[in-house]
Amino acid sequence: MQHKSLRFSYAPKYGMPSVISYKGQTNRKILRKALFSRFAVTVTDHGTPLAIPCSGNEQRTINSGEAMKNRLCKLSRSFLSASVATAALSLSVMSQAADTIKVGVLHSLSGTMAISETTLKDTVLMMVEEQNKKGGVLGKQLEAVVVDPASDWPLFAEKARELLVKKDVDVIFGGWTSVSRKSVLPVVEELNGLMFYPVQYEGEESSKNVFYTGAAPNQQAIPAVDYLMSEEGGAVKRFVLAGTDYVYPRTTNKILESYLKSKGVKEADILINYTPFGHSDWQTIVSDIKKFGNAGKKTAVISTINGDANVPFYKELGNQGVSAEDIPVIAFSVGEEELSGIDTTPLVGHLAAWNYFMSAESETNDEFIETWQSFIKDEERVSNDPMEATYIGFNMWVEAVEKAGTTDIDAVRSAMYGITVPNLTGGTAVMNTNHHLTKPVLIGEIQDDGQFEIVWETKGGVIGDAWTDFLPESSKIVADWSAPVKCGNYNLTTGVCSGQNY
Amino acid sequence: MNQNVRQALHGLSASFLLFLLLVLSRPVLAVSSEDLKPLLTKSSWAQLERVVTSLTEEGSESSQQILEHWLNGKLFIEKKQKRLVFAEKTPDKQYRIFDPFFAEGESKGEPLELGTVKKRALKKVRINNQLRSAIKTALASWDLKASDPETRISAIYASLKTLDSKTLSTLRNMRASEEDQAVINALDIALALDLFQQGSISEQIEAVEVLTGSDNPFIRSVLANTLAGTENPALAQTITTALAEIDQRQQYYTVAENVFFGLSLGSVLLLSSIGLAITFGVMGVINMAHGEMMMLGAYTTFVIQSVFPELIDQSLFIAIPLAFLVAGAAGVLIERLVIRHLYGRPLETLLATFGISLILQQAVRTIFSPLNQEVATPAWMSGSWVINEALSLTWNRLYTVGFSLLVFMVLLFVMRYTRFGLNIRAVTQNRAMASSMGIPTGRVDALTFGLGSGIAGVAGVALSQLTNVGPNLGQNYIIDSFMVVVFGGVGNLWGTLVAAMGLGVVNKFLEPWAGAVVAKILVLVFIILFIQKRPRGLFALKGRAVEG
Amino acid sequence: MTKGFQPGFLTRLLLEDRAGKLLLSSVMAITAVVVLLNTLMPEGSPLHVSNYTVTLLGKYLCYGLLALALDLVWGYCGILSLGHGAFFALGGFAMGMYLMRQIGDRGVYGNPELPDFMVFLNWQELPWYWYGFDSFAFAMVMVALVPGLLAFLFGWLAFRSRVTGVYLFIITQALTYALMLLFFQNDFGFGGNNGLTDFKDLLGFSLQSDSTRVVLLISSALALALGYLVCRWLVSSRYGRVLVAVRDAESRVRFMGYRVEHYKLVAFTLSAVLAGIAGALYVPQVGIINPGEFSPINSIELVIWVAVGGRGTLYGAVIGAVVVNYAKTWFTGGMPDAWLFALGALFVITTLWLPKGLVGLYQQVAGFINERRNQQNNRIEKTELVDHG
Repeated sequence: MQHKSLRFSYAPKYGMPSVISYKGQTNRKILRKALFSRFAVTVTDHGTPLAIPCSGNEQRTINSGEAMKNRLCKLSRSFLSASVATAALSLSVMSQAADTIKVGVLHSLSGTMAISETTLKDTVLMMVEEQNKKGGVLGKQLEAVVVDPASDWPLFAEKARELLVKKDVDVIFGGWTSVSRKSVLPVVEELNGLMFYPVQYEGEESSKNVFYTGAAPNQQAIPAVDYLMSEEGGAVKRFVLAGTDYVYPRTTNKILESYLKSKGVKEADILINYTPFGHSDWQTIVSDIKKFGNAGKKTAVISTINGDANVPFYKELGNQGVSAEDIPVIAFSVGEEELSGIDTTPLVGHLAAWNYFMSAESETNDEFIETWQSFIKDEERVSNDPMEATYIGFNMWVEAVEKAGTTDIDAVRSAMYGITVPNLTGGTAVMNTNHHLTKPVLIGEIQDDGQFEIVWETKGGVIGDAWTDFLPESSKIVADWSAPVKCGNYNLTTGVCSGQNY
Repeated sequence: MNQNVRQALHGLSASFLLFLLLVLSRPVLAVSSEDLKPLLTKSSWAQLERVVTSLTEEGSESSQQILEHWLNGKLFIEKKQKRLVFAEKTPDKQYRIFDPFFAEGESKGEPLELGTVKKRALKKVRINNQLRSAIKTALASWDLKASDPETRISAIYASLKTLDSKTLSTLRNMRASEEDQAVINALDIALALDLFQQGSISEQIEAVEVLTGSDNPFIRSVLANTLAGTENPALAQTITTALAEIDQRQQYYTVAENVFFGLSLGSVLLLSSIGLAITFGVMGVINMAHGEMMMLGAYTTFVIQSVFPELIDQSLFIAIPLAFLVAGAAGVLIERLVIRHLYGRPLETLLATFGISLILQQAVRTIFSPLNQEVATPAWMSGSWVINEALSLTWNRLYTVGFSLLVFMVLLFVMRYTRFGLNIRAVTQNRAMASSMGIPTGRVDALTFGLGSGIAGVAGVALSQLTNVGPNLGQNYIIDSFMVVVFGGVGNLWGTLVAAMGLGVVNKFLEPWAGAVVAKILVLVFIILFIQKRPRGLFALKGRAVEG
Repeated sequence: MTKGFQPGFLTRLLLEDRAGKLLLSSVMAITAVVVLLNTLMPEGSPLHVSNYTVTLLGKYLCYGLLALALDLVWGYCGILSLGHGAFFALGGFAMGMYLMRQIGDRGVYGNPELPDFMVFLNWQELPWYWYGFDSFAFAMVMVALVPGLLAFLFGWLAFRSRVTGVYLFIITQALTYALMLLFFQNDFGFGGNNGLTDFKDLLGFSLQSDSTRVVLLISSALALALGYLVCRWLVSSRYGRVLVAVRDAESRVRFMGYRVEHYKLVAFTLSAVLAGIAGALYVPQVGIINPGEFSPINSIELVIWVAVGGRGTLYGAVIGAVVVNYAKTWFTGGMPDAWLFALGALFVITTLWLPKGLVGLYQQVAGFINERRNQQNNRIEKTELVDHG
C-alpha cells in the first residue's frame, strides 16, 4: 500500500476518530486499525488533531510513511509525555479491552449440570482458538471469558450481568436448562446483550437478544412421531410419553398429545408418565410400560427423560427384556455424550431424534471431530447435537460480526438474519427472523459402540418454529424480528405484540 | 459342512461361480450374490428386508450365520474389497475379520479368519428395528431345532404372532417327537391358539381352556380382542371366565412384583445407608461425605474395568475388596485429619464433612472429567430370571438384594462377635471408661470410620451396576440415606434394615397409585410425622446413650 | 424506619453491642456510598458503581437477613434447622406470585387472567391459591404468614414431641426436600422447575429501572437493620436468656418449670418470618424464583454461612453470609474450576481452626494482642518465653 495521506475527522468529546477516510473512501480495515491506535492519538499544540502511528507500534500497516510517522511521533511524544502521563494509566485498561473481542461463556462447570455443560464450554473455547488461528474477527483476537454459574439458576442471572457489565463481553454462549435461560433472559434484554442458546428446548419463546440454535419442538418431537407412525418406523399405534417432571417434557408432551390426537390416536392409546429429577428406580415404570405395550398394538415410548435419569432407565429396560423391536424408545435428550456413560449393548435399536449425530457422514463433520478430539486430547471423545448447535451459533456470530463490521449488538443482530453457515451434517443452517434455525432432523438408532446409525432424515431443513401450532394459545402467535412486525410474540388475532417494551 | 449347502453349491452355474471367484476370494455361497447385493450398496430398507426373506427361504447354515451376525451388528462391509465380512472387536480397538462363507474342508461353524483391520476399513451393514424383528422371526425357525429346551420355548412363543401353515406343520411335527414337558406345554398353547383363531365355535371353546393356563400377554390380548368381536354368548362366557382367571393370576404376580420392586429399592437404600449407620449412627458424625465414599467405590469399579477390560465378568469381585480398601483408607484419612478434632461437636462434623464432600466431588471432576463413566455390567448380572411369561425378576436387582443382606450380616457379625466390634461399642458407649480399660480409642475411632466408609465404598460398587457413575452419584443418595438411618433409629443396625426395606416397599406400593413424585413426597411426610410420634426412630436406643 | 423505636431504648440496645453497632453502621454506610455513587456519578466515570454491584449487594444483604434468621434459632436456641431455605423460598414465591400478577396482560400471550406458564399448558382458570395476590398488601401478609404458619405448625409438632438434635435436622431437611419435589411438579401451579420469571414491575415501578434497584437495595439494608434490632432485642431480653438456657441445657430448663416448647416455637416462627421477608426482597432483585431454592443443599450452605461468620452472635451470621457469597461470586468468576476446592477447604478450615467463625478469629487475634501487650508491659524481661508460647 502506498502512502498518500491520512485524513481524520474527530468527535471532539472523546478525542477519537469517528470517521476515517483513506484515499477518499472509508475503509473498514483502516478504521479498525485507526481505532486501534486511538490511544496514540491526541490533540496537538495548535489544536489540530493528529494521528501518531509510531514506528514499533502496531500501526505499521497503516503505512503513513516511516519518516513522517517517526517525526510525528517524536513531536508528540515529547509533548505528550508530560500531559498524558496521568491519563495513560486508566487508558491502558481500556486499550486492553479494545485489543480483543470478548466472548462470554456461561456454562455450569460444577453442580448437577456440569456433566453436560462442561463439554459446551470446551467447545466454545475450541471454536475461539480455531477462529484466532484464522486471524480472529475483524482483525482482532477473540478472548473467551469463562464464568461458572454452578448450576444455580439465580447465579446465571448474576453471572450474565457480570459478563455484560464487568467483563464487557460482546456475546454470550451459554445455558442448558430452560430455567437457566429464563433466568438470564431479563438481564440480556435489559442490558441489550446477545446470547446464543445451544440446546433443544420447549419453544414458546423468542427474545430479541437470544438466538436459539438448538431444536424447537417441531424440529425434534414432531418429526420423531411422524417417523414412528410411518411404515418404516414400525407403524406405531400406541404411545407412552415418559418424561421428567419439568417444563420441557410437560410442554413437549402437551404438544405431542395434541398432535397425536389430530392424527387419530385415541386417548386410551396414550400413557403419560412423569418422574422426579434424577429418578433412579425405574422398576415399576418399566413394568407398566411393558404391560401397556402388551395390548396387541405396536407401542413406542417417547422419552423426554432428563440426563441423569436415563442411565438407570435404559439399564432397567435392558434387564426387563424390553427390546427395541418390541417397544422402541425414542429419546430427545439422549445423545452420544449420555451414551458414553453406559454399556449400550442392551439398548441397540432404541432411537433418538436430533439435528446432528456424530456418525453423520460429511467432510465438515470429520474435520470438526478431528479438531475436537485433538483439542480435548482424547481420541475417544464424542461429539453431540448441542455441540453442533454451538458450532453453528459461533460461526454465525463470526459471520454476522464480519458482515456488520462491528460487534455492536444491534448491528450484529440485523446481520444475523438470513446468515447461512455449513452445518455438520453436510447441509447448511439458516438463521431465521424468529431467531430459530433451519436445520435437518435426523432419527438415529443406538448402536453397540455408543454411536447412532442414522435411519431416517428429513428431505431438507425444517424451519424452527418458536410458537407451536399444536397448542391453542400458541398457534395464534408468530415471531418475526424483521420489519414490519419486529416482535417475538405477535398475536395474529389481536394484532398485538404483548409485553414488549422496545 | 452341511450337506445341503454343498448340494446347493454344486447347483450353481459355472459362470456364476466364476463371477464369485472374482468378487470373493472364497466362492462358497449358498444364496445368489444378486440377493445379497443390496447389503453392499446403499439400498432402501425394503430392499434389505427382501434380503432377509431370501436368506430365510434359502435356509442354509451360512444364511443363518449371516442373519445372526447381522442382527448382532457384526456383519460388516470391507470397504476396499467391497465384500461382506464378519468382524469382531479386539481389546486394542482393532477388528478381526472373518469370511462369512464356509469353504470346503473347514469345520462346521468356524469361519475363516481374514486378518485384522482398523475400524475405518469397515462399514457396518445397516439395520433398523423392522429388520431386526424380521430377522428374529426368521431365526426363530432355526431355534425351533435348537437343543436347549429354553431356546425352543422362546422360539415357540416368538412364532405366536406369525402362525402360518409352514410354522404350524413344524410345530405339529415337534409336538409328536418332543419329550421335554415345558416345551410340550408351550407347543400345546401355540396349537390351541391356532385352533382358537381358525377353528369352529366349539373348537374355540375347547381351545380357550388350554389358553387359560397361559400367562403370555399376546394370548390375553387375542382373547380380549375376540371377546370384543364375538356374538356367540357361550364363547363370550367362556372367554370372560378365562380372562377373569388370567387377570386373577396377573394380580398375584403384580403384588409379588411390587414386593420384589420394594425389596430391591429397599436393598439399594440399605446399601447406601448401612455405612452411614456406622459413621453417623454409631459414631455420631453427621457424615455428609458419605455419598462421596460411595462415589469412590463406584469409581474404583470403573478403574478396575478400565485396567482389566478382559475381566468384566470378574471385575466386581476384584472391585469389592478394593473399593472397601480405597474408601476405607479415605475414611481413615478423613478421620485422622479432620474429624478427630471434632468429637463432641456433631454439628460441626456436618460442616467439615460437607466441605470434604465438595472437595472430593471436584477432585473426581478434575481427575476423571465431569462426564459419567461407563461401567459395564457382567454378563451374569444382565437380563432377568423368567419365572413365567408374566413374572420375571431382573438379575441385577436380585443380586443387589442378596448382596445388601450379605453386607448387613457381615457387619452385624463384626459388631457383635469380634474383638473390633466390642471395642467399637465400648468406645462409643463410654469413651473415658474404654480408654481407661486400655482400648486405644483413637485407633478404634479411625478404624470405625474407615469401616463405615469402606462399606459405603462397597455399596458404591453395587450402585455402579444400577445407576450413573459420575461426580453427582453421592449427592443423589445422601438425603435418602440419612432418612433411613434416622427413621430406623440412630445407632441400631436392625433399625436401618427394617427402615430401608419398609420404606422401599411402601414407596413401591404407593407409586403405581400416586405416581413416582407424589409417592416420594408422601414417604417424606410420613417420616416427618413418624418422627413426631417416635422422636428417636423406629428402634430407639434406651437409657443414657440417648442423651449423648 | 428505626424511628419507631424509642431512642433511649435503641441506644441501650446497641450500647452493649459494639460489634452490632459497627455492623449496622457499615451496612448503612456501604449502602449509602453504593447508592450515591450509582445515582450521582455519570456512567463511565471511574467512580461510578454499576447496577451489577447494586443488585449484588442487595442480594448479599438478603442472604445476610436469612443467615440472621437462622442464627436466631441455631445460635441462640440450639435448633439446627436444615430447612430454612424452605421459608426463604416460600416468602420468595409469595412475592413472585404478586409480581406475576402485576404482569397482567403483558405476558407473551397477552392473557389478562393467567400467567404465561399456565396459558401454554392450557389451564383454563386461575387456581384458587393465586387469588388475592393482585394486592400488594395481601402478598406482603402472605410473605410473612405462609412461612410463619408452616414454621408454627411444624415447630408445634416437633417441639411438643421433643424432637431435637439430628432428628430435627433430618426432618427439617425432609420438609424442604418434600417441598422442593412438590414445587417441581408442574401441576402444582407454581411454574414447575422454571418457577416464576419475567417480572415487569413492582408497585408500578419497572424492575429494570435503576431507581427501583436502588430502592430495593435500600429496603434490603433497612430490613436487615430492622431484623437485626428485633433479634438483638429478643436475645437480650429475659426471653432471650431463657432461649440460651434452652440451648445449653434443655432438660434443666424444663425441670425448672419453663414451657420449653413455647420458647422454641416463638423463636422458630419469628425466624421463619424473617427468612420469608428475606426471600421476598431477594426475588425482585434477582428476577427469578424457582424450586431450586428449596434444595437441601442450599439450606446446608446457609448453615455454613452462619458457621463461617460465627454463630450465636447475630452479626457474625451476617458477616458470614456476605463473605461466603462474595467468595462464591469471586471464585465462580475468576477461577471457575477451583471454586469448589476453595469453598470446601474454607469449611474444613473454619470448623477445625475457627470454631467461632470469623468473628471468633477477630476476638482471638484481638485477645492475643491484648494479652501480649499486657504481658509485655508486665514482664518485659521475659519476652523470649512469651514468644515461644
